[in-house]
Amino acid sequence: MDRFSWSNGLLEINETLVIQQRGVRLYDGDDKAKLDVGVALLSTHRLIWRDIKNHECCVAMPLSQIIFFEEQAAGIGKSAKIVIHLHPAPANKEPGPYQHSKYPYIKLSFKEHGQIEFYRRLTEEMTQKRWESTPVSQSIPTGTGPQAGKIRAVGIVGIERKIEEKRKETDKNISEAFEDLSKLMVKVKNAKEMVELSRSIANKIKDKQGDITEDETIRFKSYLLSMGIANPVTRETHGSGTHYHMQLAKQLGDMLQAPLEERGGMMALTEVYCLVNRARGMELLSPEDLVNACKMFESLKLPLRLRVFDSGVMVVQLQSHSEEEMIASALDNVSEKGSLTAEEFAKLLGLSVLLSKERLLLAEKMGHLCRDDSVEGLRFYPNLF
Amino acid sequence: MHRRGVGAGAIAKKKLAEAKYKERGTVLAEDQIVQMSKQLETFKSNLEEFASKHKQEIRKNSQFRVQFQEMCATIGVDPLASGKGFWSEMLGVGDFYYELGVQIIEVCLALKHRNGGLITLDELHQRVLKGRGKYAQDVSQDDLMRAIKKLKVMGNGFGMIPVGGSYLVQSVPAELNMDHTVVLQLAEKKGYVTVSEIKDSLKWEKERACHVLDHLLKEGLAWLDSQAAGEAQYWLPALFSELTSRDVTPEEANQMTP
Repeated sequence: MDRFSWSNGLLEINETLVIQQRGVRLYDGDDKAKLDVGVALLSTHRLIWRDIKNHECCVAMPLSQIIFFEEQAAGIGKSAKIVIHLHPAPANKEPGPYQHSKYPYIKLSFKEHGQIEFYRRLTEEMTQKRWESTPVSQSIPTGTGPQAGKIRAVGIVGIERKIEEKRKETDKNISEAFEDLSKLMVKVKNAKEMVELSRSIANKIKDKQGDITEDETIRFKSYLLSMGIANPVTRETHGSGTHYHMQLAKQLGDMLQAPLEERGGMMALTEVYCLVNRARGMELLSPEDLVNACKMFESLKLPLRLRVFDSGVMVVQLQSHSEEEMIASALDNVSEKGSLTAEEFAKLLGLSVLLSKERLLLAEKMGHLCRDDSVEGLRFYPNLF
Repeated sequence: MHRRGVGAGAIAKKKLAEAKYKERGTVLAEDQIVQMSKQLETFKSNLEEFASKHKQEIRKNSQFRVQFQEMCATIGVDPLASGKGFWSEMLGVGDFYYELGVQIIEVCLALKHRNGGLITLDELHQRVLKGRGKYAQDVSQDDLMRAIKKLKVMGNGFGMIPVGGSYLVQSVPAELNMDHTVVLQLAEKKGYVTVSEIKDSLKWEKERACHVLDHLLKEGLAWLDSQAAGEAQYWLPALFSELTSRDVTPEEANQMTP
């Protein structure tokens, strides 16, 4: 491990990244290095390792240090490894995490696999030895003072240089990105044509001009979905009705059964959105995806329904929970307690305040409850009229 | 003498013309769909190329996101419409905003007992940033507003009310009309408002002012301080600054009310 030097991990000009792999731990010989798990990067010139949590912690070693390397198969409770045997470090090597080591080899432990590909690429690079034909600019510290002074200069100047390089790199990335974005915008003219084209097609479908097959309509809708173009052929009952949404609706049907039971048969759509997306972690649903999927419950004969209250609040409810039952039980609760506010009702049933209010309002609409509306709040009483 | 243009012959001719038109109509639409799918492929590969180089930028740079969104608006596409769209799948734009949506909902829900479902964009911004932790990507107010616009689709009353140069974010379906909004804007400077102030600034009659204030009280958006020196003050928790407030749990709140 004393062959490694601290690095900013930025690639030099003429240096290319070959492969990178997460979940790699370094070993000093047979001992775990005093570093955490990180990302191993192989370039045409160097082997680089960066701590996954602390990006500042980054080390690198020229590939010319490598004598040979071999695979070490995984065992029980042990990840697969690549053992790399090394030349001694040169005298002018930049400081690194280890001053010296009793081992002439290191290991890369692949905790998240990837060793096969890494090994293959390493073999390629060590065969081609591209670093010999395309030298990169080495940042050599210039210092003519005494040894101690030189080390200090490397320290501070090194850090400053790191920051400057990082800033330049970031700036370069950003301006390049904006340039490319404007180039994309030019190509975007085609996209605009496409949008107009899609409108024309949609109108034809609506007006039933020509015999567009069901299949083609579905295909067309999925194109619109991919591009994020609003579909003017939306049928209210089915939403946007693509296969994607049908699948989603079925998944939701499975996923929401238990949570709905726990919450008295009803959940606000925003609650469903959070629940589902938290569970997914990535490839999240958009709010529109969720609404469009829920709109398909009825046509797919799933035991859930999307329902919109007068206030505009949208909920998913279990079909088994009938309206009459809910209202009857609301009336029971209110009668028992004499009167209830939405907050009290919510606490009683373990529902959210929003939904318990909707339930009380519904019961009122059906004539079973009446309200006492004051600045102290909205309170419901059984309707004795 | 033959009669042309009328009768069976004419009808047949008309039918033939209609059939031809229909056929042409079919071909046209089918052609168009084929054409569209070709253009889609081209666009997809352009986007892929862009994404391969700049996917990170979208996630890291809020200014870049603004430019990007504006580009999409000029085309007439909504990159946030679906998680299944190109934009989400290739650029990952979707996940960024949809996750933000979840965080916004959670913050609003957590504070609803205190502010009735009304919160300043600033406070929402601060709390979302806090919730995301040190190493998360930066989030701008523009990002929040776009995420909130999307949340509207799900009912539940998400909306934004312009107040004092910024916005109040509403997360409950409370009915707020122009009168209510104007009073909120008036209250923004000090965090509270009185009937006299409303009468003086807005030139309303007492009844109108009281009606609006009562509604805000009922909806839990305003609290009444009847013990204030002078006349009663109507405070809006949504507008409380750090200096004048302390976070209170629902349990504590319940214990405090007489």
